[in-house]
Amino acid sequence: MTAPETMASTPVAASLGALVLEARGLCKDYRIGRGPGSSTVSAVRDVSLQLRRGSVVALVGESGSGKSTVAKLLAGQEWPTAGQILLDGEPVRPSSRHAFRAFKSDVQMVFQDPFASLNPTHRVRYPLERAVRLHQRELKGAAIGAELVRLLEEVRMIPAEQFLMRYPHELSGGQRQRISIARALAVKPRVLLADEPVSMLDVSIRLEVLDVIDQLRARFDLAVLYITHDIASARYFANETLVMYAGEIVERGPSEDLTQNPAHPYTQLLLAAAPDPDRLGAPVDERLKLGGRPVAGTSARTAGCRFSDRCPLAEDRCRAESPPLRAIGEQRAAACWRLEVAAPGLLADAGAERSTPMPR
Amino acid sequence: MSGAKPITAGTPAASLDARPQLPVLDIRDLSIAFAGEHGNVGVVRHVDLGLAPGEVVGLAGESGSGKSTLALGACRLLRPPAVITGGSVIYRGRRVSASGVEILDLSGRQLRELRWREIAIVFQSAMNALNPVLRISDQLGDVLDAHLDLGREEKRERLMSLLDLVGIPRQRLRSYPHELSGGMRQRVMIAMALSTEPEVVIMDEPTTALDVVVQREILAEIAALQKQLKFAVLFITHDLSLLLEIADRIAILYGGRLVELGSAEQIHHQTAHPYTRGLLDSFPSVRGPRRELAGISGSPPDPRDMPPGCPFEPRCRFATENCQAVDMRLLAVPGSAAGHVTACPYVKPDMLATADASRAAAASNGGRPA
Repeated sequence: MTAPETMASTPVAASLGALVLEARGLCKDYRIGRGPGSSTVSAVRDVSLQLRRGSVVALVGESGSGKSTVAKLLAGQEWPTAGQILLDGEPVRPSSRHAFRAFKSDVQMVFQDPFASLNPTHRVRYPLERAVRLHQRELKGAAIGAELVRLLEEVRMIPAEQFLMRYPHELSGGQRQRISIARALAVKPRVLLADEPVSMLDVSIRLEVLDVIDQLRARFDLAVLYITHDIASARYFANETLVMYAGEIVERGPSEDLTQNPAHPYTQLLLAAAPDPDRLGAPVDERLKLGGRPVAGTSARTAGCRFSDRCPLAEDRCRAESPPLRAIGEQRAAACWRLEVAAPGLLADAGAERSTPMPR
Repeated sequence: MSGAKPITAGTPAASLDARPQLPVLDIRDLSIAFAGEHGNVGVVRHVDLGLAPGEVVGLAGESGSGKSTLALGACRLLRPPAVITGGSVIYRGRRVSASGVEILDLSGRQLRELRWREIAIVFQSAMNALNPVLRISDQLGDVLDAHLDLGREEKRERLMSLLDLVGIPRQRLRSYPHELSGGMRQRVMIAMALSTEPEVVIMDEPTTALDVVVQREILAEIAALQKQLKFAVLFITHDLSLLLEIADRIAILYGGRLVELGSAEQIHHQTAHPYTRGLLDSFPSVRGPRRELAGISGSPPDPRDMPPGCPFEPRCRFATENCQAVDMRLLAVPGSAAGHVTACPYVKPDMLATADASRAAAASNGGRPA
């Protein structure tokens, strides 16, 4: 199994669990309109990632960056225009119903909106029981009830018997999201795709839900894809972070390293936008400034770097040629022509490491 | 606690010596309840909060803490079954009498004159607050027609300058809401709120549905406009990290009660209430050493079944049996500057400084806490 070119960097050392789900060069185009006047929007371009057991990969980006589309592609809800999805090294195809159900039971998704993802007319028991009956067929009778209780206790919904009889409207947002997680667990997945699982929740509730996911990851050795627009939570929660912009991965690396020493100008912008209470004392409008850059929507560029319209460092080459993902040291990579200006220290460090032979 | 004497917390005159003016919006002892079959359920209880002219006050709390209800109540925008059960809200704008008007006593007509002209609101979801079938120009124009008497040309000028003010290109005036991005729609909402030069603007989670980068742009915009036009802002959010950056003073609401009030600096560095500490420890920071994230275990109290005394007692790690008898009056924080008040008589700022201390220790070690 040879790694594609975009995987120039080796995966993070912390995530050396067995590879479960892999995406290679995923692309997804959507057609807008019909007939001769139609055009295509490329929502995802050449995205490759690897999900390993027991580790968390974060996919960070703004609305419209294509991060949810990647999750849908990985979950088999949408079909890629180009590229491959591999489960245990085998390409996934929806042709066989049986095989596809097996895929679904391995790869489960938790959605953003806990108010929309649970049917308000059914008690909590219903979606859980359906998932258990469909995917754990060996269970019969009382064993099913016991399994439902176990699932709810797994997500810290105690007393479980009482929660099973509740309707979604009787639960808080955090509790609903934990029901969604329990439903995903009911099929005994190996991969959990969490699409903004906490962004609709109160700040004080978020940690607990993330903590539940993290404990389940450790207990069941789950491979987790954590999709978020909050790069600060990726720092704490994920082993590896991928930053997406306009459908492309622009930077990847170990979360701590990437957030503390961002290489790509876009990552730097995202980090600058995160609230920073430690800047108290400076005048308000100074604190809130992002640095001089034009306000522009997500780029519709077909040529060149998609970030070049917003990038303070953009030059002619950036607007003409699309930059490839270049390796920085062992574990990191960034897609930028101007890395030597954007992150001079990083390149120097990486270069030094590389030229020094590793003592064995 | 015998030494500390209760002070009237809500009035900035008593709290920040640099601001001698009377508050432009003065909420006193306000209580709001939802009327139900089994009697009233109190959702806002005895809240005192004042907004000095040109001041940005942040109101933070979890979902269900009563923060939106409090703001809507102050403008009498509540719908049944919500009822105001007590207190007073006085508005002292330059354009109305200097002694102020009691908002809770106004007639329907007087209220219509006050709302928007004097007190404007920016709501959370710009998607739903704009009419999808009307152009931006018509929606902005409606506000001007309703509250100001402008000629055709004057009105056009005004619309253009409003768009300039919030950084939207002029040709967007003829756009429909669906043609604008989320950030632009929120800017339109802000332009609409500012169109009649109100003295108080209430912002109810204005950036919650937006991306971080756009959120930052909008906040910078609000800060710049506020500096330029000098209106007072009541900024409501569940995200305390935002408030620390933009607010002059911050009020923390829990279970319908104010539990702490102070300047952003005081709330951040001399945290006096355990709930505030919990909120501060809930958000991960992108900068500095990694620190232990604690969060707040348990869930907010059910207003139908409020615990006696301090509503935070069931979730508080400092709780003792005395807490069920706390009367939730705001007391001056010992050792802190004037204007910093807390509802907790037992916990001192130094007991809550542990998180800061461990951060400092980690920083001096040059390493991270395990």
